[in-house]
Amino acid sequence: MTRVIKLSAANEEFTRRINELTNDMITLCEQCGICSTSCPVAEEMDIPPSEIMRLVQLGDEYVLETKAIWVCASCYTCTVRCPRGVDLSKVTEALRQIKLRTNMNYLDIDHIDPEELRNLPAIALVSAMRKYTG
Amino acid sequence: MAEKKKPKIGVYVCHCGGNISDTVYVDQVADYAEKLPDVSLVRSISHMCSEEGQKAIIEDIENEHLDRVVVAACSPQFQGETFKKAAAKAGLNPYMIDMANIREQSAWPHFEDRQKATEKAKLLTKMAVERMEEAEPAQAEKIPIGKSVLVIGAGIAGIQASLDLADAGFEVHLVEEKPAIGGHMAQLSRTFPTNDCASCILSPKMADVMEHPGIHLYRYSEIEEISGTVGDFQVKIKEKPTYVDAEACTACNQCTEVCPVIVPDEHDMGLTLRKAIYLPSAIAIPHAHVLDENACLGLEPLACGKCAEVCHVNAINYDQKPKEIDVKADTIIVATGYDIFDARLKPQYGYAKFENVLNALELERILVHMGEGKMIKKLGKRIAFVQCVGSRDAQVGNLYCSRICCMYATKLALMLKHMDASRDIYMFYTDLRAYGKGFEEYYRRAQEMGIKFVRGRPGELRENPDNKKIIVKVEDTLTRNILEGEFDQVVLSVGLRPSEGTIEIAEKLKLPRGPDGFLQEAHAKFKPLDTAVEGVFIAGTAQGPKDIPDSVAQASGAAARAIRLMNRGEFELSPVKAAIDPGLCDGCGMCVEACPANAIAMMGGMAAVNTPSCKGCGACISSCHADAIDLKVFTNAKIMEEIEAALEDKKPGENRIILFADDMCTYRLADGVGTAKMTYSPDVLIIRVPSSARATPEMMARAFELGADGIMLGECEPAVSPFPGTGQVIGKQVEQLKSMLDKAGIEKERVLFSQYVTVMFSRFVNETNRMSDITRKLGNIPEEKRKKLARIAKEEKEAMQ
Repeated sequence: MTRVIKLSAANEEFTRRINELTNDMITLCEQCGICSTSCPVAEEMDIPPSEIMRLVQLGDEYVLETKAIWVCASCYTCTVRCPRGVDLSKVTEALRQIKLRTNMNYLDIDHIDPEELRNLPAIALVSAMRKYTG
Repeated sequence: MAEKKKPKIGVYVCHCGGNISDTVYVDQVADYAEKLPDVSLVRSISHMCSEEGQKAIIEDIENEHLDRVVVAACSPQFQGETFKKAAAKAGLNPYMIDMANIREQSAWPHFEDRQKATEKAKLLTKMAVERMEEAEPAQAEKIPIGKSVLVIGAGIAGIQASLDLADAGFEVHLVEEKPAIGGHMAQLSRTFPTNDCASCILSPKMADVMEHPGIHLYRYSEIEEISGTVGDFQVKIKEKPTYVDAEACTACNQCTEVCPVIVPDEHDMGLTLRKAIYLPSAIAIPHAHVLDENACLGLEPLACGKCAEVCHVNAINYDQKPKEIDVKADTIIVATGYDIFDARLKPQYGYAKFENVLNALELERILVHMGEGKMIKKLGKRIAFVQCVGSRDAQVGNLYCSRICCMYATKLALMLKHMDASRDIYMFYTDLRAYGKGFEEYYRRAQEMGIKFVRGRPGELRENPDNKKIIVKVEDTLTRNILEGEFDQVVLSVGLRPSEGTIEIAEKLKLPRGPDGFLQEAHAKFKPLDTAVEGVFIAGTAQGPKDIPDSVAQASGAAARAIRLMNRGEFELSPVKAAIDPGLCDGCGMCVEACPANAIAMMGGMAAVNTPSCKGCGACISSCHADAIDLKVFTNAKIMEEIEAALEDKKPGENRIILFADDMCTYRLADGVGTAKMTYSPDVLIIRVPSSARATPEMMARAFELGADGIMLGECEPAVSPFPGTGQVIGKQVEQLKSMLDKAGIEKERVLFSQYVTVMFSRFVNETNRMSDITRKLGNIPEEKRKKLARIAKEEKEAMQ
């Protein structure tokens, strides 16, 4: 189904907030798509990196609900190739931060099998907590 | 001294149709101007530059007997000439009219604060009025100018300019670095959007150049040295030996056949091979063979000598030497063109690594040979174009659009499709720019032919190791799908950059280049063919990427600009020149050494200025202990008045910084900053000088004494400065000032000397703001320190004497 994005003051506020977190570069994106085919994990994403940028430009908070921002591995390939000098890795990090600050937990430590918990490396737990929050 | 006649000054405040009046309360400025001394008339007019505005000035000069006029409006860089001409019409010396730049220096940069902008506009108007109290009529000296032009570069722009000039009866010296003329156009297959064959339309023009009695062609030549000024450029041309007498050579090709040396052919982008003695191209003009001395086994007949043996007209001469030719030119047209972007700088596209990744110029050569029935590279059925390679790309530092790639790629795609309609051709673009005449229709034709335009820029190209085909992965940004496909060839639509020759000539002629590296025009709107150097014009891609029709139009325009200057037979020198008062000069000779242009000599025990050589920078003034030197138009008296006007009503706690802005770079930079509506501290008051060397330590000390909180000096970066060597002079003067400040107990951070080019917008904003912060933090200089400084300055002056 085609989504309808309502353009309202709230959208501007969202864009402004991301702009603030990323040094004012959002509006520079010209949607060339170079990021999408530079990204090694784009095919695992529900929306390509270029669409993340577009949604942020439009101030559509739906972008926070996408899996793509969590699939991003912060490898910076998009950043070094962006012809407009946009730091895309910073944008996805900003989006994750916003989501993280909502303090929603999806991963419940208590429900992990104690045996599994013993064998899991600590770093895996830390990153899982991070990924499944928000 | 006879008592001076009391001046009658007219002040005109311009609204600039809202550009000024939307920010500055123009009525307040007009009311304020009424109260200024010697102002006898004030008018507030919507557009001063309009006929109405000019008429008001002319009538007031005639009826009200104004003898000085101040127009508070835009930058004098912009409309200064308009008002000078209006004054001249009314019989007022053009140097008795001046402008207060309240648009670029107040309304625009301070648009956020109407009151501050208005206060600054008042101050700027006052500074101009008081400066004009000391104005004196000046006469421009006229020097004869001849009819000879140096055209640098014989690509299509240089050829067109040369033909136009020669047809109009002017003498042309055309210099080309390659052995044959024609430039990049001679390499092309067809031209968009008409599809006519490039060499077919170019060849007749090249032949005209050879045959025209008014054109002296120096091909395979370099400009070794250029000196002098408009009307008197001295040019040293070095013609490299081709070892073949072009007149005698019949291009029979026998020499090439016997030559044993094989090297890549640069005309074919290295896709084919040539011999050490060769015809530069099938359509080469001059149509004669050339011996490449770097490839040749040896110019000693003992080493090889095969070519000379077979030449039946004895055209080959191993003893040819480089020729040095001295040429005098009155004007110069720079048409040094472009180089293509080196695609190796984008390693993710694998150019020069994958055999099936080509650049567009290589494809041009392949298609030219194919048209002649020669296959230099086999092309497949599936071909993709990648647009914007090296253009619109911050990663390689090229922010600009190269303008021609959308259309040349469309042309190449169409040609490929015409040859074989079963071909699949894709164009991966960022934005399709079909802006020119006939371009949109051309694009439509390509769509009709079935060429697929996909909006997306590929991240990288890979080579299939089995079949050497190229795998393209690209996002179709219009559907958000990722496409992947294998292509027989991928063509990189490489952008344009200024050629090596353009950069070299810019340095030799001191022509400013823009942030994109291309030559900077004197004014983006109204002087697009002129440069900052009088008598030097630009044409073609040296000024920026453009297609053939635009290059040709610009070349004809540049020729017309040059003709405009030369046709009158005489040329007006700037009256801004150093003048030595023989009554005061005691012949110490210090100024002779101080002059960076070597324009002062000792004659009969006294210093004398050679007026045409004097560049009018004013660097000599501070060297004279007898105060015998002054600079016409920018006189000591005028600048001192202006400094006083800027500071005399300053209240305690207020912060004011004087910025001496050189006319060529800093003043224009401040105009640019204002035009871009970039804000900076309104504390900064600009005094326009030809060069900051004009601001003597004495003058600056006086400014501090009168209450300036900081002084900034702006000068051109040496590479673009019209005044060679002023940087050192200013550095010395600033040191002198700082040592005086030190002795008086005043902080040295209050002085800042910067060298700019006209595009350093953010640096200008940062530095002016920083200076304002520093001086605000330090606070006003206490009176006793200022008095001490005045004493020290006086003592130093006396010590000099």
